Amino acid sequence: MHEFVDAFRFILHDGAVAGQPALPSLGYLTLQTLKIGVIGLAISLAVAIPIGCWLGHLHRGSFFAINTGNIGRALPSLVLLAIGDVFLGLGLTVVEVALVILAVPPVITNAYLGVDGVERDLVDAARGMGMGELEVLRRVELPLAVPLISAGVRIASVFVLSTTTIASLAGFSGSLGDIIANQASYRLEGVVAAALCVSALALAADFAFGALQLAVTPHGLRRRPPAIEPDVVTGLVSQ
Amino acid sequence: MAAPIVQLGVTGPVIPNYGAGSSSCVVHNHFFCADWVGHNWGPVLWPALRGHVVLTLVAVAIGFVISMTLALAAHRYRLLEQPTILVTTFLYTIPSLALFELLVAPVGANVYSAEIALVSYTLLILFRNILAGLREVPAEVMDAADGMGMTRTQSLLRVELPLALPAIVAGIRIAVVTTIALATIVYTIYDAGLGVPIHTALGEGPFKTELIAAGGLTVLLALVADGTLVLVQRLLTPWAQVQRS
Repeated sequence: MHEFVDAFRFILHDGAVAGQPALPSLGYLTLQTLKIGVIGLAISLAVAIPIGCWLGHLHRGSFFAINTGNIGRALPSLVLLAIGDVFLGLGLTVVEVALVILAVPPVITNAYLGVDGVERDLVDAARGMGMGELEVLRRVELPLAVPLISAGVRIASVFVLSTTTIASLAGFSGSLGDIIANQASYRLEGVVAAALCVSALALAADFAFGALQLAVTPHGLRRRPPAIEPDVVTGLVSQ
Repeated sequence: MAAPIVQLGVTGPVIPNYGAGSSSCVVHNHFFCADWVGHNWGPVLWPALRGHVVLTLVAVAIGFVISMTLALAAHRYRLLEQPTILVTTFLYTIPSLALFELLVAPVGANVYSAEIALVSYTLLILFRNILAGLREVPAEVMDAADGMGMTRTQSLLRVELPLALPAIVAGIRIAVVTTIALATIVYTIYDAGLGVPIHTALGEGPFKTELIAAGGLTVLLALVADGTLVLVQRLLTPWAQVQRS
């Protein structure tokens, strides 16, 4: 437990290790991790949400939408980074590509299942009211699919943040993974501190998306108790 | 101590050690050399693959027993659900690399710390799926079981668990595939799994053939395991097929 006390001291000193030359500070690496994660997540969401929602709206491509999720889960991040290293050489681009490849599948799958699962009667009613296709999607299906879409986004955010730490194993530096993979310089308390920072980022992202989810959920849906969703579509972390 | 982490370009001159059968393809580090794979299947790739499978099976089996116990307890006493979710979610957010290193101090750099870490990542997935499966059993079905005079244990074994099977198998699928992916990191503390050849290959330049062979085997293993579990589920729940059509 004494490592945890030291870890908090490490955090207080912003990652400075006595007797070591100046290494990148903990705060800097945390912000870098966040930056890498935000870029990857933003690209993934921009790609995956429209595809998943549109497929769900058409009720087509269920095989594709569900199996991208399964295949995406089967790709270990270390393997992905290593293979990216072979093709492009390791840098921020390869890391971001790996993040996007890992984060897109759960978002597509969840967005598809969310929109596809909206009750047909509601969609028919919306059409009967004279709504066009895009309007049906935007005003009826999307709001009702918010809980599932949001679940996908939250998984993707945890994915993305934890994968930046794996990138350090493949030789990418500039994230909290540097500390975790370099126990020799930062010692165990540094590793614990960096792990706490990654966990804090992941929990903060989860909380932020939870709050966002609540804000965009239609009033009528808010009162329902949060049901446990089966993990058929969620919980796919390959750290 | 964790294995030293390879920093590309920092290690100085790399002494290539491509193992048996260094053909010109291997020496020039071409994209993929089938002859290297042929020569090193026995000494390198097969033991790594076998180790990977064992790590995964043991972790998922232990994780399943723990999660099933927790889920059955939470199914009966709702109070237990939130604390369990909280603890398992926290375990889930710890970066894997850090958890492996953290366990080395109290447990040692051995197979036990590897398995403890792998098990801890399966708990959230399995617990949530088992519990969700049990909760989804329709109330009418439970009433019918009561009406037939079943005891709680009987209705659990003969009604609830069979009906929860699809959700449970779905959880096992995710847990297995996730563990296969995670087990590539085990090499940092314990010399086993497909992470070992990946690590070797990264340290050698990277050596493309070994990287692609070991990485490909990992993905292939995950896909085969997932497919096998789908088949198992179909065999175990023949009624689900009838419903669908």
